[in-house]
Amino acid sequence: MIQVRELSKFYGKKVVVEKVNVDIHRGKITSFIGPNGAGKSTLLSMVSRLVDADTGEVLVDNDQVKRMKSNEFSKRVSILKQSNFMNVRLTIRELVSFGRFPYSRGKLNAEDIRIVEQAMDYMGLMEMQNEYMDELSGGQRQRAFIAMVIAQDTDYILLDEPLNNLDMKHSVQIMKILRRLVDDLGKTVVIVLHDINFASVYSDRIVALKEGRVVKDGPTNDIINSDALREIYDMDIPIKQMNNCRICVYFNS
Amino acid sequence: MRNSTKMIILSVIAIGFCGLYLFHDLNGSFDYALPRRAIKVIAMVLTGVAIAYSTVIFQTITHNRILTPSIMGLDSLYLLLQTVVIFFLGSGHFTIVNRHVNFILSVSTMIVFALILYQLLFKRGSRPIYFLLLVGIIIGTFFQSISTFLQVLIDPNEFLRVQDKMFASFNNVSGELVWWALGIVILTFVVGWKYFNDLDVLSLGRDTAINLGVSYDRVVKMMLVISAVLISVSTALVGPITFFGLIVANLSYQFFNSYRHIVLIAGASVMSVIALVGGQWVVERIFTFSTTLSVIINFVGGVYFIYLLLKESRSS
Repeated sequence: MIQVRELSKFYGKKVVVEKVNVDIHRGKITSFIGPNGAGKSTLLSMVSRLVDADTGEVLVDNDQVKRMKSNEFSKRVSILKQSNFMNVRLTIRELVSFGRFPYSRGKLNAEDIRIVEQAMDYMGLMEMQNEYMDELSGGQRQRAFIAMVIAQDTDYILLDEPLNNLDMKHSVQIMKILRRLVDDLGKTVVIVLHDINFASVYSDRIVALKEGRVVKDGPTNDIINSDALREIYDMDIPIKQMNNCRICVYFNS
Repeated sequence: MRNSTKMIILSVIAIGFCGLYLFHDLNGSFDYALPRRAIKVIAMVLTGVAIAYSTVIFQTITHNRILTPSIMGLDSLYLLLQTVVIFFLGSGHFTIVNRHVNFILSVSTMIVFALILYQLLFKRGSRPIYFLLLVGIIIGTFFQSISTFLQVLIDPNEFLRVQDKMFASFNNVSGELVWWALGIVILTFVVGWKYFNDLDVLSLGRDTAINLGVSYDRVVKMMLVISAVLISVSTALVGPITFFGLIVANLSYQFFNSYRHIVLIAGASVMSVIALVGGQWVVERIFTFSTTLSVIINFVGGVYFIYLLLKESRSS
């Protein structure tokens, strides 16, 4: 379990995240939702130590993150940001191999290579493993980065808007893979999402943020109802039940 | 062609140029000319490696391929120091005449300046590295302006001595200083060696590097210090020549299809040696000293820089 305790972040006097307490349960997909500027990405960045928190602390399986060595942390929690700028030209295989860096420090052994190939296989990248990253489509790039995170083999996987700029087909593909990671491999996934319908259909728990605070936190079914959504988004959103999915019809509300 | 084949070919060319420089037209002067030429060759190899190494690591930590470490203002500080000493104490003063004293003074001033700058900027937690670069540009321009101001006021004869210092030259390098510089450069490799793998990850960007367990701030600070030391040593040895690093670093990225810093740094170093030793031979034997190597380097480097700018703007 990842426990977030009283976490805050200020930029000057502007409060981005204010005294947030959240528990991330093991073996579940937890989605962070909320309007733009609610602090979702900042919260995720603080949990994954990409951004220093101004107050509060994060515990991973009861260990304080501040006391953990960077290398130890990277074997337990991985983070994938929405934009991944690279200064070098890499093939898919080279990128996925970087996922083993916390263990191998750059020198891959037979075990590392096996895990790298498994990760590429899992993401369906085996055939194109020698293609260069800058020649791939958005969906393929995203899959390559997720393969890297899978090769990193952490219990917790945090993703910051992984569906950004992806079409419907690829978005569904990515979400199904994340679901499989949780159901088959027992990983814990935390994901920042913009589309509440993806959150509704695929996640086990939802944490809703608004203006830097947690306004709702609970199982998906408790959050996806018109009352809760009004509080989060200030919109009246009717909910329709279809094929066991609750769909929020927010387009004309 | 494999990277190892490329490296062997480049090394053969580099050694060939060194041999050509050492033995061409020697006329059996093994006691007089050969040791003097050898010192120059070692100085060129040393400078070439120092510039190549510092530029590659600097470009990796700044995620920018058209920057050189001279943006931190160290060369400007070197010129300011020389100008100030000549202005106030005269070119006959022992800090100018005695090359050992001058070397130690220059190196220590530059390194102390860099350390103080980093300390001040990193004191309050981590800052974006672009902030550091901006401060470097401003301080460098400030140093340059003071130097220019003093150079305008200075006695014309003394100005010639300042001008001597403004361009890199391998023509009168002190034998003893070369060994000191060699020691320092080897030390930077010993310290930097274990960070080379971290640097490979750093080129994936800050966030990915931290995700993969690299102590980002520590590695960046260490690399900044190493590149400051290398620049200080090479500048104090032969004069300001950092622009040159831009060419060899980018040639190395283009020529070696690799993300591994050990390959990139080795490749850039060997290319530096070829360019410096080969260039110096051309200057001495073909142009018969009618121009200097740094003029040629700045000319070629300038053209290449414009090419890089056009290429980068097309690709983005």
